[in-house]
Amino acid sequence: MLKKYLDRMKPHFEPGGKLHAFHSVFDGLETFLYTPETTSKSGVHIHDSLDSKRVMIIVVLALLPCLLFGMYNTGYQNLLGSGATEFPFWSIMAYGFLAILPRIIVTYVVGLGIEFAVAQWRGEEIQEGFLVTGILIPLICPIETPVWMLAVATAFSVIFVKEVFGGTGYNIFNVALVTRAVLFFGYPAQMSGDHAFIATKPILGLGGTVTYADGISGATPLGQIATANGGDFVIHNIIGQPISDWDAFLGLIPGSFGETSTLCILIGAAILLFTGIASWRIMASVVVGGLFMGFIANTFATPTYPASYLTPLQQLLYGGFAFAAVFMATDPVTAARTGLGKYIYGFMVGVIAVIIRTYNNGYPEGAMLAVLLMNALAPLIDYCVVQTNISRRMRRLKAKTEQAS
Amino acid sequence: MAEKINNKSVLLNPFSKNNPVVVQVLGICSVLAVTAKLEPAIVMGISVIAVLAFSNVIISLIRNTIPTNIRIIVQLVVVAGLVVIVDQLLKAYAYDVSKQLSVFIGLIITNCILMGRLEAFAMGNKPWPAFLDGIGNGIGYSIILVIVGFFRELLGSGTLLGIQVVPDSFYEAGYVNNGLMILPPMALIVVACIIWVQRARNKDLQED
Repeated sequence: MLKKYLDRMKPHFEPGGKLHAFHSVFDGLETFLYTPETTSKSGVHIHDSLDSKRVMIIVVLALLPCLLFGMYNTGYQNLLGSGATEFPFWSIMAYGFLAILPRIIVTYVVGLGIEFAVAQWRGEEIQEGFLVTGILIPLICPIETPVWMLAVATAFSVIFVKEVFGGTGYNIFNVALVTRAVLFFGYPAQMSGDHAFIATKPILGLGGTVTYADGISGATPLGQIATANGGDFVIHNIIGQPISDWDAFLGLIPGSFGETSTLCILIGAAILLFTGIASWRIMASVVVGGLFMGFIANTFATPTYPASYLTPLQQLLYGGFAFAAVFMATDPVTAARTGLGKYIYGFMVGVIAVIIRTYNNGYPEGAMLAVLLMNALAPLIDYCVVQTNISRRMRRLKAKTEQAS
Repeated sequence: MAEKINNKSVLLNPFSKNNPVVVQVLGICSVLAVTAKLEPAIVMGISVIAVLAFSNVIISLIRNTIPTNIRIIVQLVVVAGLVVIVDQLLKAYAYDVSKQLSVFIGLIITNCILMGRLEAFAMGNKPWPAFLDGIGNGIGYSIILVIVGFFRELLGSGTLLGIQVVPDSFYEAGYVNNGLMILPPMALIVVACIIWVQRARNKDLQED
């Protein structure tokens, strides 16, 4: 029915039709709704036989558990902070939904608006990369980030990180992470510290007003550790109860919207790995790198760097490490491409993430910066791997010809 | 000189078509360093104009007596002398700004624009065109500095020349200054935007 309608509309958008000016908008809609007859012809996605839109949709599906849990956690933290004793499931979900909805809408409107405008202007097909980016951005930002900041940062990174390099598939850096970095460096007061990670105001009569008790902060566990004195610290939640590793695994801790729950991230990881979209090499080596560096840091724990008292396992559970390992480092556009390169790339992401969060108390979360740094180095890694291969084969060839003669 | 030097184009070309910063991409270092606020950017621009114009004239006057082998040393001595004079003047009359600019006035010596103009123009031209060339290039450099400084101070601190421009009502409504604008990377991105706009307007500057 819809398909028939689209087919009937189509001639208007073909060259010569009266609505030709909007052909890329139409094309974007049509291929979003139906499997297109053509598959990707350019960019990195040529590695797949799938149309890249399908890939993007599976990634969005994999993000859904994190999104849903983020809603629940937002509502839960709000109720907890406002002193509620009962936690009705549906009102929690409704609160979280209302809290995140404007942010998702704003990122999509801004990001897709720019993509549509650029595609129209260049007369190209609309590129679908923003489908994933648009959902990633609200997930990795604190819930209290002002909406206009999200819009500014999204616009900035879509234009300067993606469009000036030629659009989806040509960007050097992960667009969502750059958005996060722009927010982090541009508006540090709103993006970190005590009051950014918990929704404080009631929305449409749901939820309560959070008041911070003396000496209790709403900072993330890693934020609390970074400001702790010496080695004995107790991580507590908004009403002062200690947080256990199990809470951190489930995700009932203050943090950026979608990255708190390691469990939901694992579900997403399973979807990505099962469908073969994300590279298991990268994921596994990020985790290994994190454990390795976490182990070293923990072995040489000093009171100067309180985060070094975290066990390697805790390093994986807290903060955005797991999220970065599964959804950020594996971005096929910005990661390393060669097999060996993927191992090196992932391992270094894990190591650097833990180094930054442990040895720089100013940046309690290092995963973002680690992935961005390795994004910049990924082409170099690939180059070295390819060159090593070439020279090894040359040597082998030489040895063979010498033997023969 | 075989070709006739047109004084007007010598003066005006560096403003846009042959701008030392956005076309020749020289002197980027100081553009990144001194443009977090508008005031130091303006002072820096004036200093560079003065040093560039006078060193061009001096080198042009003695161009026929400089042995080719040691010309770079002679040029450096002239520039260094002028830079020290400018530095002392700033310390005497604009101490605050001089402190903000700190080492960057001294580093005018190493600014590629200066050596470039001395080598390329002053060594082969009469004093008057050389003076105009110095003024023109200095202004071309200052224009970029002022534009970058304007945007960085406006968006990063909400002020211009230290006077608050963004109204208080904005802050009450939740507007916050962008801390990234104060950091050097944004200067690079603003310069990139200027280059973008300029290339879009002058098609003949576009490269493939």
